[in-house]
Amino acid sequence: MKQEQTNHNYAIEMKNLTKKFGNFVANDRISMKIKSGEIHGLLGENGAGKTTLMNMLSGILKPSSGQILVNGKEVHLNSAKDATNLGIGMVHQHFMLVQNFTVLENIMLGIENTSFFGILNRQEAKQKVVNLSKKYGLKLDLNAKIEDVSVGMQQRVEIIKVLYRNADILIFDEPTAVLTPQEVDELLETLKLLASEGKAIILISHKLKELKAVANKTTIIRRGKVINTVDMANTSPEVLAEMMVGRKINFQRERKSVKTGKEVLKITNLKVINEQKIVKVHDFNLTIHAGEIVGLAGIDGNGQSELVKSLTGLKPIESGKVLINDKDLTGASPRKITHNGVGHIPEDRQRFGLILQMNLVENASLQVYNQPPYSHGLFLEPKAMVKMTKEILSDYDVRYSDLSENVGALSGGNQQKLIIARELSRNPSLLIAVNPTRGLDVGAVEFIHSQILKAREMGNAILLISYELEEVQQLSDRIAVIHEGTIVGQAKNEDLTESEIGLLMAGEKLENKEEIIHAH
Amino acid sequence: MRIKKVRLGGISVPLISIFLGLVVGAIIMLLSGFNPLINYLNLFSGALGTPNAIGEVFRSATPLILTALGFSIANSAGFFNVGLSGQALAGWLASVWFALSFPHLPGFILLPGSIIMGALAGAFWSGIAGFLRAYFGTSEVITTIMLNYISLYGTNAIVKGVLTSSDADSTPLVPIQARLRTPFLEKLTGNSTFHWGIVISLFMVFVIWWLMKKTTLGFEIRSVGMNEDAARYAGMSTKKTIISAMLLSGALAGLGGAMEGLGNFQNIFVNTSLPDIGFDGMSVSLLATGNPIGIIFSALLFGILKIGGLNISISSNTPSEIVNIVIASVIFFVGANYIIQYLISKIKTNHNSSKLISNSIKGGHK
Repeated sequence: MKQEQTNHNYAIEMKNLTKKFGNFVANDRISMKIKSGEIHGLLGENGAGKTTLMNMLSGILKPSSGQILVNGKEVHLNSAKDATNLGIGMVHQHFMLVQNFTVLENIMLGIENTSFFGILNRQEAKQKVVNLSKKYGLKLDLNAKIEDVSVGMQQRVEIIKVLYRNADILIFDEPTAVLTPQEVDELLETLKLLASEGKAIILISHKLKELKAVANKTTIIRRGKVINTVDMANTSPEVLAEMMVGRKINFQRERKSVKTGKEVLKITNLKVINEQKIVKVHDFNLTIHAGEIVGLAGIDGNGQSELVKSLTGLKPIESGKVLINDKDLTGASPRKITHNGVGHIPEDRQRFGLILQMNLVENASLQVYNQPPYSHGLFLEPKAMVKMTKEILSDYDVRYSDLSENVGALSGGNQQKLIIARELSRNPSLLIAVNPTRGLDVGAVEFIHSQILKAREMGNAILLISYELEEVQQLSDRIAVIHEGTIVGQAKNEDLTESEIGLLMAGEKLENKEEIIHAH
Repeated sequence: MRIKKVRLGGISVPLISIFLGLVVGAIIMLLSGFNPLINYLNLFSGALGTPNAIGEVFRSATPLILTALGFSIANSAGFFNVGLSGQALAGWLASVWFALSFPHLPGFILLPGSIIMGALAGAFWSGIAGFLRAYFGTSEVITTIMLNYISLYGTNAIVKGVLTSSDADSTPLVPIQARLRTPFLEKLTGNSTFHWGIVISLFMVFVIWWLMKKTTLGFEIRSVGMNEDAARYAGMSTKKTIISAMLLSGALAGLGGAMEGLGNFQNIFVNTSLPDIGFDGMSVSLLATGNPIGIIFSALLFGILKIGGLNISISSNTPSEIVNIVIASVIFFVGANYIIQYLISKIKTNHNSSKLISNSIKGGHK
């Protein structure tokens, strides 16, 4: 009887949900309805208010006004625990797992079943987890430590964790950002299965293709307001993107044909070890020519960071050779490498690329402060620095209110544009770009991609390292795949399909394609 | 929020800390049966009431300005120089030693020479810690504490064994032309120990301000201190920068020591403990939140509390140590600035529609 009643209602419903921080309205009268068994996409640029909305649903923030209804009944969430008790569970983009606990321990964490004297009742928990894992086809190695399992499995742990807490409403925050194409497919299947079991699913994503593949409906929000809720069956990705950013977006990256020139970067037999003396890069050979973008695809943690740090002088090289413009720069200092025409868009912009407590001028001058006209001897020339900063910030469309504001006050997209402005304005003959658009919205991505392509047209060589396969495929002339510290295959962009790249990324061999693997 | 560094804008936190420190002192006086109002009146009249007292306040602030600058420059580069006392002592010894060794040199050579020797000795002493930190990653906190003790007992051994002939506890006074105290200043301030060192201190305030804001070295020091990874990425040599900052820090502490050797005491003697100017310099710098101009005022406040504190025990039977409780409380509240800032923002929130919080949220959102 009760069961029937709930069927008429929505599993979760938001009515005119508003969240204000002082005068700033992060969410403005947002209404969304999600049925059981439905996958509902949530699409919006960075800063559109998705996170604020989800934080209200998971009890972390309290709404300023408006209502949240769960199974037709109004609820007031005062803590994350309240949300859990109501069956709302969130799978976070950045996994919330204890690295040196086992998979099982991580799942139990927080709601441990204890017998007398607080002794953990593992057996019961284990049985429940095994059942869940079977039911949803989520393969887990319960006794492995988190630090030893793949990113894909870590995500499965997060999902089981939520299911273990009996969630019926599941929120996924950008779940595919870190996965290989194969893992993405598996995840999307899991989402469909969960929905068919009657779970209500909210899927936050930038990736229109994925929403298109699984979502029934999608709500688009911009600047804290709902723009529209659309049926996915009859909406094209172009329309979605336009609603998201409020203008037309060009997805086609025009790669004009450029005649490639001389070798700019030549890496031979590079070997790099980390602090624990573990080999992270070995037998690494790669050549990049002028006017060429080489995309290095691979799963996070396969030696990309170490490779880039060793190429840019931030990490010592164990053996091998790095030639840049025919000059041996193996193990040279970062300054010497910069002066030899290398630009570097670092992986972690806030840790390496910028000094957040310093102002825009100081950050723009980070590499050139010690040379004329920005300084003479010991004396800085602030006027020259300010002039240069103004120019490059306007050239690269960095939005700021005041040159003396701290870089930390800029949005993520503008921080990244500042780095790109600084690196590209020096017109480097080799640009090393690591995840240049990570976490940015489609508008900023479009701009940054066009700048990278422009650098290529000007005859510069570009090494693009990205965990986003789509980005690699959009921009690269040639794609190389790195797995466990070495290149396991490379070929012209056109000669590799997405699934082939995916297999290589996962360390599989491509049969019948030996010639591609060893082609140069 | 970085814990290692105290970096704040504005002067509200120092002012509130001073006020709260005085309140804590008052509460303790009340609990111990003393009258806080009368004691504070005695304190301030004792520090500012006569030309002599004012002279003493300035004299007491002189080395503190230098050691505080030394602390702040090391802190800007991201480390904690706990060795200011030992470096100051090394500077004190070197300046007196040099002055006593060349008594026939004319003043215009001997005085600057002695001062420079003090700075060099301080720089050498801190340079050891800087070198170990830069090349071996040794924690500068531990090495500077150890170097403090070596400095203390090493100095005492040299005073007894080298600088005095018959195992005496103190050296003769430095030659007249090497002294910073002059009859003119003594007359001006009712025979206080006020000396020309204050000019050197104020000059160094300007130099350090200029160095940090207007030079490539200052830019490097600040970059390394705020984000060592980004500094390395930008091609700065973190080793070179760390050592430069540490050398400068020690040189300033050594200068502070030279002020004691050539100004305040005009000799050196066997110390039973490390000189206060080192640790007080840290406090002065923390209170001033590392700002060179703030350090002048902060050092003067310390001078007032120290000199005025003496008057408390003269005018009543309150022990002058109460002043140390006040100083400690002030520093405690500076250290607890996070709480103070939180309270300030809370008050502001209630008053004007939570502008602060909205900004911080907006910042976090983008």
